[in-house]
This record gives sequence, C-alpha cells and structure tokens, in this order.
Amino acid sequence: MADSISTPIVRVHGLVSRFGSQVVHDGLDLEVRPNEIFGVVGGSGSGKSVLLRTILGLRRPQGGSVELYGRDIQRLSPQERLGLVQSCGVTFQNGALISSLNIAQNIQLPLREYYPMPEGALDAIAQLNLSLVGLPPEAAGKYPAQLSGGMTKRAALARALSLEPKLLFLDEPTSGLDPISAAAFDELLLYLHAELKLTVVMITHDLDSLFRTCNRVGVIVEGRMITETLAGILQNTHPWIHDYFHGPRAHAAEQGAHG
Amino acid sequence: MNALTLQQDGEGWRLCLNGDWSLASIGQIDRELGTLPGAMLGTLICDWSRAEQPGIAPVWLLLTRLSALGAGESPTAELRVRHEGGPPPTVALLRKLTLDRSAAHAAPSTAMPAIESAVGELGRWVVLQGVEARGVLGFLGRIAAVLGETFSRPRALRVPSIARHIYETGVTAIPIVALIAFLISVVVAYLGAQQLRKFGGDIFVVDLVTIGVLREMGVLLTAIIVAGRSGSAFAAEIGVMRLNDEVDALRAMGFNPIELLVMPRVLALVIVLPLLTVIADAMGLAGGALLSLIELHIPPAQFTVRLQEALAPTTYWAGLVKAPVFALLIGIVGAYRGMQVRESSRELGRLTTVAVVQSIFMVILADALFAVLFEKLDF
Repeated sequence: MADSISTPIVRVHGLVSRFGSQVVHDGLDLEVRPNEIFGVVGGSGSGKSVLLRTILGLRRPQGGSVELYGRDIQRLSPQERLGLVQSCGVTFQNGALISSLNIAQNIQLPLREYYPMPEGALDAIAQLNLSLVGLPPEAAGKYPAQLSGGMTKRAALARALSLEPKLLFLDEPTSGLDPISAAAFDELLLYLHAELKLTVVMITHDLDSLFRTCNRVGVIVEGRMITETLAGILQNTHPWIHDYFHGPRAHAAEQGAHG
Repeated sequence: MNALTLQQDGEGWRLCLNGDWSLASIGQIDRELGTLPGAMLGTLICDWSRAEQPGIAPVWLLLTRLSALGAGESPTAELRVRHEGGPPPTVALLRKLTLDRSAAHAAPSTAMPAIESAVGELGRWVVLQGVEARGVLGFLGRIAAVLGETFSRPRALRVPSIARHIYETGVTAIPIVALIAFLISVVVAYLGAQQLRKFGGDIFVVDLVTIGVLREMGVLLTAIIVAGRSGSAFAAEIGVMRLNDEVDALRAMGFNPIELLVMPRVLALVIVLPLLTVIADAMGLAGGALLSLIELHIPPAQFTVRLQEALAPTTYWAGLVKAPVFALLIGIVGAYRGMQVRESSRELGRLTTVAVVQSIFMVILADALFAVLFEKLDF
C-alpha cells in the first residue's frame, strides 16, 4: 500500500514544448500522486492547456517524457495506448461535446464503441452519469447548443466519467460559471473524488475553487513548475506566485479557505 | 461463468455475484439481470464476496433492476435488499441517487394518428416556407436599403473590403476557371467535329464552339465554379462569425452587418464574375481553335475569319449580360445562408451545403429564363 502511494500516477520529466521560437515549457517536472486533487495554475499563455494536451498524448513534446501509471506514453503500442486513454477522463475548456449528438448520446459514445450492450442498459448508464453530475433526467434528450454554460460543464464531466476512469483531467471546469454554480461544481468534484476514489488534475484560474478542492498546487512560472501544498504555496516568495496568491482578488478566497 | 446465481435461502433469496463485474462484462451482466424472476418476496441478500472489480455502471444496473422488481428501503417494502460480503463503496453512493430515474426519463409518447400528423406536417412545411420567404424578402430589403445608403454616404461602400473579396473570389479563381473552360471547350469541339465531319461540315465546328462558349458555356461554367468556391465560402465565413457572436458584436458596436459583411462580398462578386466570364470565353475559344487546328487542320487565321462570320453582334453580350445576375444570385444566397447559422456547428455544415446547392440551382434556373427571354427578344 505504501508503495502505491509513493508511485505517482502522472509523472512528467524535463518537458520541453516549443512553438517555433517561442519556448513554452523549459524542463517542466510534475508528479501527481494517487487519489489527490492537483491544481495547475499559471498566467495566460504559460502553457497549462499545452501541458494537458501533452500528458494526454495529443501533442508530441520537443523534449522530456510523460508517464501515466509508470509507463512512458510515447513508447506504447496502439493497443496499450487505447487502454490508457480509456482509463483517463478529460473535460475540455468549452465542454467539447459533440454538437450533433444529444447529451445522452454524448455520454454513451465511448460506451457504445468499447462495451457492446443493449439500448436499455445504455440509457440507464446515461441516467447514472447525469445523476452523478447533478443534471436532471430531461437533460438526456437535449443538444449541447441548448445547454447553459454550467450544464455544459456538467455534461462534459458526465461524458468524461462514462468509462469509469480513475484519473480525471479538467481544463478550467469552473471558468465562466456564476459563483453559485462554480461552488456547486467544487462540491460535486469533492463528492466524486471521495466516492469514486478519483485522482484529479485540474487547470484552474478560480482561486476559490483551488482553495476549496485541491490538495497540492503546481504553478507554471518561466516554463517550469513549482509544486507545493496549499499552505506552502502561500509562503512562496517568488514574485509572480506571491502576486498571484496575494493579489487583491486572492484575499477573499484565502480567508474563505482558512475560515 | 455466470455473473449472477440466485438461490432460495430460507424465507428469502440469496443473490451471489460472481466473477468480473467491471464495465467490460456489462453486456453479460445486463442479460442475466433481465432473467431475474419478477416474483421475489422477503429479504434478498446480495453477496459480493466473489465479485471482482465491480464497476459503477454494473452496480447501477443491478440496483435499478432490483428497484424495478419492487425493492425498497422501507421496512414494509415487498423485497428488502441487504448487501453482504464487502459490497463496493459505490453501492452506498448509488443507493442515494434516485433509483427511479431510468423510469422517469422515458418521455411520454406523443404519437398522433397518421392523417392528423400528415396534415400537421404539411402545415408546418407551409408555415416554414412562408417564414423562409419573408426572411429572404427582408434580407433583400436590407441589402437594397444599404445600397441606397451608399449614394448619400459613399463610405458605406467599404472599398478596401470589396477589393479584398475581388482578390479572393476573382483573382484566385482565374486558374481553375481558365483550365475548365479550356478543357470543356476542347471536349465540345471534339464531339462536334466527329459528328459534323460526316456531313463534310468541318468548318461549322467553329460556329458550334464560338456560339456555345460565348452564349452559354463560358458564363454558366464560370458561375457554377464560383458558386462552389465562393458561395460556400461566403456561407461558411459568415456562419462562423455568427457562431462566435462576431455578428452580434458588430451590431452592438453600431455597425450594420449587411453593410460590412454582405455588401462587399456581393458587390465584389458582381464585379468579378463578368471579368472571369471574359477569361473563360477567351480560353474556350482558344481551346476550340487548338482542337480545330489539330483535329480538323483549320489554321487559326481561318478560324478567326469563320468566327467573325458566325457571330451575330449580340452573341457575346448575350452571354456576358447574364454574369452580374448570376453573381447577385450566388452572393445573396451564400450570404443569406451564412446569416441563418445559429447555435451549433452542425447548422454551419448543413447551411453551407444548402448555399451551394441552391445557388447552382438558381443560376441554372435563371439561365433557362434568360434563354426564353432572349428567344422572345430575338437577342
């Protein structure tokens, strides 16, 4: 047991990402431990989404290695890769729900592909995932264009959960939500994290959400990542990190976290 | 191995869950759940001790099935369920979720009698056509209004934008238009030569090519190519701008999207299509001349002489005068369909297709009307 705790689920070592002459990551290291919620923050353009895409294998890095469950994702056979992809759930910033399918069909899409089962069972599972993320049963028949921002984020999460992943990647899950919906999303995430024993990597700019949900935080500054616990990151003296966590907008969130 | 085994156990039942209970065996699990007998009373014990890696969805299917069989939480329920043998933690979670959801989402069927629904369908279609017609009319009206405005406010003409669209829809289309006009005219001349040679009327190939190209084929081919290239581009460009709320943003800044997006495209097309037609005509004649030289040994000098004899003074203009009309049709249909895009990217693909199909149809219809008109006018 002690061994499984010390083995990181996600491990990025010496990652280099470049777009032309623009260097985004320059020797970035990252370790995510089992069953934690890991928050990734960084300025606009610091490469948070690029990092996520690289970990998922959607983008080939210019240098460094990415390991999921201790295996280098660049050196997998297509078969192994598929298995690995199936064990990760992802939500993208804008939901990325397939617009020609309704919500139930979106949730069922990977299930239909990998686990043949009758329509009745598919419908039951769509309902399960909807209720896990707190969407009403009627949402099943709606199309992505008919959903509000908050519902889209929840529906995207429902789809990400449909293959029962142990590892979940969220790209700004609370951006564009009103504070009440964002807080509800935080609680939902904590609930799923506790009940389903998920490991979560979450990109976020939402400090409230960060303090409420995350165990550890990684900050991308100057192409590298500084990883700390929540208490540790507040003590960090790096000027950018200090500004980020002690700026005028940070105090309320911080007090909320301590209070 | 069976995923389920059901035994009578004293006054109640014992349901043993065996083997792989992960998502991978969900098909089998669902099948076996369907075979559970409906008439179970008393206590049902679910024994999880031999289930391996129970997943969320299979547990959910089990619980919904049991709930459908009358299992309840209350002590008075006909079937009381107890989980033993180390049930997965998800059981507690899923029991908290409303178990009757699967039943709840079955939408009430709104099936109507066949005749009623057919009449309803027809009515809906008529209304839709009416709305559509009104939309097109309104769109034309708005274009006309902007056009009128340009007289009092020349800046509304947006010359730089028109220039850009002239380049995109016209200059970049020259190679493909020229090539296709040339090739088609070669094909027509070749077919004509084969037939006319039988009568010894080789020289009439020149008449066939010149009249065919100048009156019909040059302008029609050009219009169809431009409809495919630019009609679709108009619909897609404006459609994407609508999806990104760019059109609303322009409107909110006090711009008129018709003036900014639609007019420059339509005007550019009206300017460009006649010019492209001239190029297509020239290339078509060149193709005819080349084939006449190779196949019929008519030297270019003789071709030119015959060409001038074959042409009525109006032949050339009968083709060219159609170009601006075709351009209007293509531009307006493309822009209108683009402005219709709402909400989803699926709309975008559909309306782009509609734009191309309709503009080509309109061009051919207009060409037929022109043919009748020119016949009556003896043009």
